[in-house]
Amino acid sequence: MNLTKEHILTLLEEVKDPEIPVLSLVDLGVITGVDISEEGHVTVNMTPTFAGCPAMDYMKKDVERTLEKHGIGKYTVNMSFDKPWDSNKLSERGRQHLKEFGLAPPPKYDLILDLDILEHVRCPYCDSEDTSLRTPFGPTLCRSMHYCNNCRQMFEQFKPL
Amino acid sequence: MNEQAIKDLLYKLADDQLILGHRNSEWTGFGPILEEDIAFSSMAQDKIGHSLAFYTLLQEFGEADPDTVAFTRNANQFHSSQLVELPNGEYDFSLIRHFLYDNAEFIRFEMLAQSSYEPIAKVATKLKGEVKYHVLHANTWIKNLGSSTEEAILRLQSSLNEALPYALGMFEKSKYEQELIDTGVYAGEEAVKAEWLKRIQAVIEKTELKLPDLESTAPKYGGRYGDHTEHLQPLLDEMAEVFKIDPTAEW
Repeated sequence: MNLTKEHILTLLEEVKDPEIPVLSLVDLGVITGVDISEEGHVTVNMTPTFAGCPAMDYMKKDVERTLEKHGIGKYTVNMSFDKPWDSNKLSERGRQHLKEFGLAPPPKYDLILDLDILEHVRCPYCDSEDTSLRTPFGPTLCRSMHYCNNCRQMFEQFKPL
Repeated sequence: MNEQAIKDLLYKLADDQLILGHRNSEWTGFGPILEEDIAFSSMAQDKIGHSLAFYTLLQEFGEADPDTVAFTRNANQFHSSQLVELPNGEYDFSLIRHFLYDNAEFIRFEMLAQSSYEPIAKVATKLKGEVKYHVLHANTWIKNLGSSTEEAILRLQSSLNEALPYALGMFEKSKYEQELIDTGVYAGEEAVKAEWLKRIQAVIEKTELKLPDLESTAPKYGGRYGDHTEHLQPLLDEMAEVFKIDPTAEW
């Protein structure tokens, strides 16, 4: 079989974020590179969302398991900060999946993130922007908690970073 | 580039975060309200992750693996400032320490993101985005509580007076200070401290709190070179308890 980068990325679509099972690692933006050597050795480079995220180790092992399951015997999976993650790396499809899951996707920003945007996060249930930040920390490192003044519900957001 | 100088810098960064991360984790299950319990627990997780990033860079310099470095040293081998090892006390003290520490940490990372030593610059670029949330959390609470009830203001003021000498101790200079500055690795403690003062003063001015007179406050130095209070060793003993029973345990 002639391996291609696209083929590997398709396989990696199967690997989901264990804390947000609707989101693939590819859509999350943590796969920073795939290389295939002439001898067929596959190298996958990854980067953590948050440095202390306990799921990163699990995700790395899941990538290895998925490669093996598809008969790829020669591989290396690296985790590094060479191309650091930020929330702008979440794909459009990933953002849509987050919203359907009930999590507000992180707003996109230019160059410098001003955390004032946290005061007007769009509610994933009713789309209102009349919301307020309750706390920048949530059930996982990547989530903050908000309240919607329109539909009067608490909701969570995937934090912009 | 002087390897010893960079190792010295990495150790102080990593140790501060490991020890404060452990202290933050002591709030898990005890926070005054659920959101604060979650906040301190989340910051604990972040800080342990940040220490891991710096211990990993140390490993690339030939130091032992991160677990060994974190769990097998004694207090006099730690480069953390005395500020981070102090017991949590009540919530007001933990909040003041968090405010004083994280504002400094964020500035360190901003400056290190420009470091001429690329591995540190990459890690700092990443971590400063995370610490931004810690600063937002601290500043929000200080502004809210520091201008609320008489009791809140009194408690915060007394914790601020108590913590300040230790906070100034964070800026103890390295043996290699000038070299780190000259080679563009790190802007140095004086630069961090000057910017830190501006930022904490800007927050304090929005409250009823008063920053004690700095001229008459003697910094508590010593932590960077192994001189610690009696509080660090018991913390290390507790942190390493499982590791020392079975270093190969998976958990």
